[in-house]
Amino acid sequence: MPSDSQALTARGLSKRFGALRVLDDITLDVVGTSAVGIVGPNGAGKTTLLDLLAGATPADSGSVSLSGRDVSGLGAAARCRLGIGRTHQVPRPFGGMTVFENILVAATMGGRLRGSSANDNSLRALDATGMLELGNRRADTLGLLDRKRLELARALATGPSVLLLDEIAAGLTEPETDELVEHIKQLHAAGLTIIWIEHVVHALLRVAERLICLASGTIIADGGPQAVMNDPAVVDAYLGSAV
Amino acid sequence: MTWIDAVIQGILLGGLYALFACGLSLMFGVMRIINLAHGDLALLATFMVLVISQHLGLSPFAALVIVLPGAAVVGYALQYAMFNPSLRGGELSPLLATFGLSVVIGNMLLEVFSPDTHSLSAGALTTASWHITSQISISALSAVIFGAAVLVLGGLQLLLSYTQLGRAMRATADDARTAELVGINAKRVYAIATAIALATAALAGTFFGMRSSFDPTLGPSQLIFAFEAVVIGGLGSLWGTLVGGILLGVAQTVGAQAFGAEWAIVSGNVLFLLVLAFRSQGIFAAREAHQ
Repeated sequence: MPSDSQALTARGLSKRFGALRVLDDITLDVVGTSAVGIVGPNGAGKTTLLDLLAGATPADSGSVSLSGRDVSGLGAAARCRLGIGRTHQVPRPFGGMTVFENILVAATMGGRLRGSSANDNSLRALDATGMLELGNRRADTLGLLDRKRLELARALATGPSVLLLDEIAAGLTEPETDELVEHIKQLHAAGLTIIWIEHVVHALLRVAERLICLASGTIIADGGPQAVMNDPAVVDAYLGSAV
Repeated sequence: MTWIDAVIQGILLGGLYALFACGLSLMFGVMRIINLAHGDLALLATFMVLVISQHLGLSPFAALVIVLPGAAVVGYALQYAMFNPSLRGGELSPLLATFGLSVVIGNMLLEVFSPDTHSLSAGALTTASWHITSQISISALSAVIFGAAVLVLGGLQLLLSYTQLGRAMRATADDARTAELVGINAKRVYAIATAIALATAALAGTFFGMRSSFDPTLGPSQLIFAFEAVVIGGLGSLWGTLVGGILLGVAQTVGAQAFGAEWAIVSGNVLFLLVLAFRSQGIFAAREAHQ
């Protein structure tokens, strides 16, 4: 686990889809081993920000560096191998493969592990997400909670230093959310840097040490969780979107 | 007894069809590309084997030592230079790209080798055979081809099921974008799949050239047989492709036995149409539904 001061840095990230400016000049420093929550109304550009950080979508301008290394020119696969893990809001398991194979392929390709170390790492990822007994199930037979856990386990198996979570609590019941939050807390305690987008704010606040509010593609608040939640601009952005 | 012989010959012929088809099946399974140049690329390799064996005085089997790796390299390069860019243009672009490639290769072969027929000599294998009864005999060459087909298709199935590369291929086939996010370079996986596909096509083309005479115009007909084998067996299943090839071979030889030699191809096509009409997902449709 890197204990560098800057685990992930974004400088001037911008993205347009046609005429729509989704992200506008986002600059962000994430300190190593910290847990950062990102909130914001629908359409604020939160998922796009994670896509740009992970390299799943190319940025129009700006740079991303991981532990001081500029990764702007690299695609998603290369960034994953350097230590950026990502989960999706709507889980995207490799449906035709077993749960264990889903994780093993991540450990061997993303984590660049071989043989028994790939196996051990995959088992640890299964264990850390409470999926040990589901290893031989085909991924497309899983329910929503297990699909979300598989997203998390698969991202973990790539051996990330920074974990990007996209609305992992969305659609889950209270007890299910509690269980996932416990897993995430443990990962954070173990030294993983976490950047977590979430609408279920009370779940987010149990882990996040810092909160960023995004609205219309810009950062409107950044700081301690309570301070950000009480910020008039944040309250305004949320109330504005709720109408 | 002649009927049993027809079935046996059909099974052996089917092995060759399956060998032709497995590369087509692999490319479709991994990246949804229907490679219309598959038959012409196989035939190109056949001509390469012919040229090398004639000029260096090697047996066609020895020439394969050069041609199989060569075909794999061509496949890898072709994927990066042509198919990967075409995949960005939607579903139709790869189809048109491979169609264009097919036309180019077919005409190039015609230009260089003229429409003359050629054949590859498999040496002693060509004439050796086992006479099981007075009416049933199995040629050694047919048996070797069938054995090679089972080994190649079985080997590919094992590769896909149990190796790191195979899991990466299945993950990429399932969802290439997500595969990237777990560290898989999808373009490279595609290139490896095409490299394997072209090597198997080169092997099939060489066996085809040993079995019968060939000329530069035969690429499309080989593509049709391979395509029929894939569809009969069910898209995305390699064992299905083997069974599909065998059923196509048996339909052709039994049809020829029943109605006369000119009915061989028609009988195969009828089976293909029947499968399309009544079980369009193929006999062994891959269990994983692809979205």
